[in-house]
Amino acid sequence: MSYASYRRFLAMSAAVALGGSVLAGCGSSDDGDAGARSGPVELTYWAWAPGLDKVADLWNKGPGKKEQITVTVKKQASGDDLVTKIVTAAKAKQAPDLVQAEYQALPTLVSNDVLADISDEADGARGAFAPGVWQQVTLGSDAVYAIPQDSGPMMFYYREDLFEKYGLKVPATWDEFAETARALKKKAPDKDLTTFSANDSGLFAGLAQQAGARWWTTEGDKWKVGIDDAATRKVADFWGGLVAEDVIDNQPMYTPAWNKALNTGQQIGWVSAVWAPGTLTTAAPDTKGKWAMAPLPQWTASKPATGSWGGSTTAVTNDSEHKAAAAAFATWLNTDPKALAALAEESGIYPAATAAQTGGALAEAPDYFSNQPDFYTEAAAIAKTTAPAAWGPNVNVAYTTFKDAFGRAAKNKSGFGAALTAMQDKTVADLKKNGFGVAR
Amino acid sequence: MTAVAVRKSAPAAGSTPGTAQGPPRRPRRSRAGLLPSAALLLGAAYCLLPVIWVVVAATKGSDELFSTFTFLPGTGFADNLGDLTAYRDGVFWQWMVNSGFYAGCGALLSTAVSAVSGYALAMYRFRGREALFNILLAGVLMPPVILAVPQYLLLAKVELTDSYLSVLLPLILSPYGVYLARIYAAAAVPADVVEAARMDGAGEWRIFTRIGLPMMVPGLVTVFLFQFTAIWNNFLLPYIMLGDDEKFPITLGLFTLLAQGSNQPSLYTLVITGALLAVVPLIALFLVVQRFWSLDLLSGAVKS
Repeated sequence: MSYASYRRFLAMSAAVALGGSVLAGCGSSDDGDAGARSGPVELTYWAWAPGLDKVADLWNKGPGKKEQITVTVKKQASGDDLVTKIVTAAKAKQAPDLVQAEYQALPTLVSNDVLADISDEADGARGAFAPGVWQQVTLGSDAVYAIPQDSGPMMFYYREDLFEKYGLKVPATWDEFAETARALKKKAPDKDLTTFSANDSGLFAGLAQQAGARWWTTEGDKWKVGIDDAATRKVADFWGGLVAEDVIDNQPMYTPAWNKALNTGQQIGWVSAVWAPGTLTTAAPDTKGKWAMAPLPQWTASKPATGSWGGSTTAVTNDSEHKAAAAAFATWLNTDPKALAALAEESGIYPAATAAQTGGALAEAPDYFSNQPDFYTEAAAIAKTTAPAAWGPNVNVAYTTFKDAFGRAAKNKSGFGAALTAMQDKTVADLKKNGFGVAR
Repeated sequence: MTAVAVRKSAPAAGSTPGTAQGPPRRPRRSRAGLLPSAALLLGAAYCLLPVIWVVVAATKGSDELFSTFTFLPGTGFADNLGDLTAYRDGVFWQWMVNSGFYAGCGALLSTAVSAVSGYALAMYRFRGREALFNILLAGVLMPPVILAVPQYLLLAKVELTDSYLSVLLPLILSPYGVYLARIYAAAAVPADVVEAARMDGAGEWRIFTRIGLPMMVPGLVTVFLFQFTAIWNNFLLPYIMLGDDEKFPITLGLFTLLAQGSNQPSLYTLVITGALLAVVPLIALFLVVQRFWSLDLLSGAVKS
């Protein structure tokens, strides 16, 4: 709780910083024209993925050496706070050349004028990615603000052995999912199919995305907020109903208690994304080899779709004096087969580049899922069905409101309708407060 | 002797309930002493349990951390220590050294500044003294985190961000330290002594270093300890200022271990072991300075 309030505080200080930028904004005008460079170039890269420094070393010893471009990775802590930090640094013209940014953070960074348009250098990379992924780095415009790095197509994970023990079928639709939860409750009242975590806004956003929600869209030069739309409401009512009915748990994920629930088989399923094996390895070490992965349950069985949870990009900032060099590195990092193989191996990421989603380091299933040898082949097939995502400039506000309002509602088991309205209203109010036009 | 007195006065407490005199209350104190003790013990347990948790959890391997009984020691302490030291070529110890540098230098400099300004505010009467002091008092009420972003923007103008200095400079002036030093100097340094030194022809700087400073030492130790702890635990200022993880203090470093992105598990065991090691220097410092600190603080207060 104190962490949440600390986050809110940080957001507040950022607001102070933005106000203060009027005073501080008289810095040098940057003429980051990248074409005309001579001599060696040093780039700094703020990123959080582990082992990224080793991948950067590959560049520094290989293609980077030829082009005299050296990249230094400065490891950061991931999360919304990093976005605040980058925006603050950019206000002071001190942002690093390259930053790792999650997809949903891109509009925030673009609207704060942090990210450079690298379409001249990077447009050639377009073909390497699924259209739905590429659309997220262009924000639907002609510009290119980042190169996709990893993606997190969502899937359903379940305890194969316990499903068999209780005679449960893997749910193909959300209706079946609800039935499965009820059936399990009847057979084993102390167990839960899964939990609805009000701490993980990204999960809810991904589920809404699967249902066809478009939370932020543009209409002319105005933003249109669709958080309270029919698709999201369907998702909110579905999960709110399950919580109210008491057939799933209402405790947050990523807590020691949750780890224990997974490890002891008290929770026997998890709606997650392709990176789940890594999490399960530490959260539930005793159940290795007992889990299996299936596509996410569907709303319409004939039209399979999935959402995404997590995933990030490599972006070049306006403060960089060597934008072309930075864009060259970002493109190499996320499209070169050697770099992608190293990323999968060293950083454990699931590459966004379609060509890299099955071969190389991902040819074999993750160790934790050795019982499902075609793990990554299935994952790649699921990734193809990723529904488009629509992010806006104040995702952080929507996410914070989600945690507060849904957290309370989940605790009280009171349904999520009011919480969803609160999320919509606060997001719209914040857009207006920050001077964005909002369409009705 | 005292026991007799207590017993004798006991009936008086019952027979004259209305009197507000001292002696009749004495017997009650020994009986009621149980309650405060119990409350204090409870408070101690409340404070110490989390510490014990950290100590016990640091001994658990990642497979034991969430699966075995909470207060059952595990078997993985050596492994945790090894993993932590091996993590990115020992960057953890670099963070410890950084924290020591920030806290040690910052607290020393801040104590020096507090000593000079506190002494000046207490000993000299000059125009605007109270106004200055009131501004300082307002500074005490202002949480330092509010200032982190403005300080960042200011330091960015002189190109000092992302350097050791960027974390050190904003910490040198501590309103609370100056406030404490002034109060302490006013109480511990008698004006007569200073006056006598002046009569004997000592210069002001000499009076401060030879007479004022030694008398203020216990108070300054308090300032030093407060500042050291505050800087050691500081998070937001270095978070905003620093981009280079080689310059991170321990608080920031451990945070990067926790938040590694959604596709990477948090390194709980390493963070817990790191947190335990990060507390050790603080405890050591308090144990070393504690006795000297509390005794002299008392004697100083009595003297005035």
